[in-house]
Amino acid sequence: MSSTFAPVALAAAEPLIDANAVDYLIVGLYFVFVMGIGLAARRAVSDSIDFFLSGRSLPAWVTGLAFISANLGAVEIMGMSANGAQYGLPTVHYFWVGAIPAMLFLGIVMMPFYYGSKVRSVPEFMFRRFGTGAHLVNAISFAVAQLLIAGVNLFLLGSIVQALLGWPLWVALVVAAVIVLSYITLGGLSAAIYNEVLQFFVIVASLLPLTLIGLNRVGGWSGLQEKLTAAAERAPAEAEVASAEQQLNAWPGQALTGFDSGILSVIGIVFGLGFVLSFGYWTTNFVEVQRAMASNSISSARKTPIIGAFPKMFVPFIVILPGMVAAVLVTEMIDLKGGGTPTGGASGEVKYNDALLLLMRDVLPNGLLGLAISGLLAAFMAGMAANISAFNTVFSYDLWERYIRKDRSDDYYLRIGRLATVAATVIAIFTASIAGGFSNIMDYLQTLFGFFNAPLFATFILGMFWKRMTPTAGWAGLVAGTLSAVTVAFLSEDAFGTASLGVIPLAGQGASFVAASTAFVVDIIVSVAVSLVTTPKPASELKGLVYSETPKEDLVDPDEAARPWYQRTIPLAIVAGVMVLILNFAF
Amino acid sequence: MADKKTAGAFDIRNFIGMLLGLYGIILTLMGLFGDKELEKTGGINANLWTGLALLVVSAGFMTWARVRPTVVPDHVEPVVDDATRPAPRKKPRSSH
Repeated sequence: MSSTFAPVALAAAEPLIDANAVDYLIVGLYFVFVMGIGLAARRAVSDSIDFFLSGRSLPAWVTGLAFISANLGAVEIMGMSANGAQYGLPTVHYFWVGAIPAMLFLGIVMMPFYYGSKVRSVPEFMFRRFGTGAHLVNAISFAVAQLLIAGVNLFLLGSIVQALLGWPLWVALVVAAVIVLSYITLGGLSAAIYNEVLQFFVIVASLLPLTLIGLNRVGGWSGLQEKLTAAAERAPAEAEVASAEQQLNAWPGQALTGFDSGILSVIGIVFGLGFVLSFGYWTTNFVEVQRAMASNSISSARKTPIIGAFPKMFVPFIVILPGMVAAVLVTEMIDLKGGGTPTGGASGEVKYNDALLLLMRDVLPNGLLGLAISGLLAAFMAGMAANISAFNTVFSYDLWERYIRKDRSDDYYLRIGRLATVAATVIAIFTASIAGGFSNIMDYLQTLFGFFNAPLFATFILGMFWKRMTPTAGWAGLVAGTLSAVTVAFLSEDAFGTASLGVIPLAGQGASFVAASTAFVVDIIVSVAVSLVTTPKPASELKGLVYSETPKEDLVDPDEAARPWYQRTIPLAIVAGVMVLILNFAF
Repeated sequence: MADKKTAGAFDIRNFIGMLLGLYGIILTLMGLFGDKELEKTGGINANLWTGLALLVVSAGFMTWARVRPTVVPDHVEPVVDDATRPAPRKKPRSSH
């Protein structure tokens, strides 16, 4: 293990940022509060339902912000600012075409089934709809994915601490892991969710000043446009920098997809990213859905992703914009984008992932610097805690209880959950070393999501609306879809890094979009074909699980109609939908 | 539990308000007395402005928690176990 970390650890003799006592005080305060929430939540944990699902007692604004925060980890902050620096404005598609429509769909269409059927996890829904085969495929692939992604979050967290404060990577990894571990084992899901809400505000408080100061330095939006245009014209052809026009307009986003044709690029974004990848991610990923399941009523559960959609809309402004600013303001980033290979950054060689760190170094005074470091630590801890708290639920309920030890006491499963948390954290330290091998973390995560989530979404949506779909089709579709995504990724140019064969001329995010779309289509075809030759479940077992077999009144909250419009699911979703449409046309 | 009526200190809004408030105080003091590093920020006293903004947000959270406190219900409805699946038994049942 130490040999894996050694090359990276050696590179950080010199801290990137000159943090002083005030910065450390701000970071220290943050950790005191994080642990305080863990301790306070401990008092409230009485049985395993409390530990795993927070007793289904949280208000919608808390779960809504946690919903956003659970995802506002490494992927968003580093990945999206890296994308912003490299591709510019088309990165907003991950939010306005990707996340928001999927979140609204989850709240309106799918949440009633999840919450109403009283399952404790997404794989458990799978079990009740399709039985053992699909459940095992889903539960195991989800558990493995969470461990990998927790590793990615932990790696980024460790490399940031290393780069910013000069700690050795392995020390940073262990310290971060121990902190996350202690507040989850103490307070369970409540602690994770409450911390996510706190983290959301710390993240905003740290990134918003960074964005504003950065913009001030480049002369506002118009200054950014000018500098970006000048840089794009200056860049040598071999650097393959997208034209300023492409970087400053969200559509058609060819720089992002890597497609030559603008029309194909739009189709790729809308179908591949918007429909398959994002719907797959947001609607079936238990990390997200778990936050909504912890809310206090079916109405709050449905509003969780919809309330989350409002802040989510504006996240690109504090994540992508700083990336774009860094690309024209920070010396190393200008060099990198111009085709150079500057040294420095979190891994010894400057990468796009360093955009935010370098911008912080260049524009923030001490004080704000400490706040920014806290924000980044908050983001990565939120991401990792979310992965681990979802993992321990699925492991305890869906794997251990269902297949290994049935019918034990409540205390027993609570103990298993805590042990699973410890094990997951230790494993995450190891997977962190795997994550270091990929140049663009975003690609790596997208590739993973394509394998697990795109076919899952196809199976869910078919299973929820087509009662004829059989248990055999459930697992067959999932396996076929996942394998087809893996195949496409191997045949592409770089979806698996050097392991990819390059048979299909697709690279970057475009390859992930195509792999996910293939998985979706293959899953649907296989599921339909298999369903037609196998026996479906009797209709009596499908109540609450399939639309046509569920009484309509089970899917809505009877109290909701009496509330004002801003507390009701559908009107809120319409407002969010209109706002995101306006944003899409404005940029 | 003695404090079953309101969530009190464990209201997440108080946690947020306190942390952001402390940050606000530190940054405001840094903005007034610390090195302003104007060449980095492009001529803005960034610490001061961020500090003041944080104090406002903090006051907002504290007020919200004060005006509409979270009430902890006396009795939380237990999760009903479904006979069709093996769920963890609730303590009262497994104890006898």
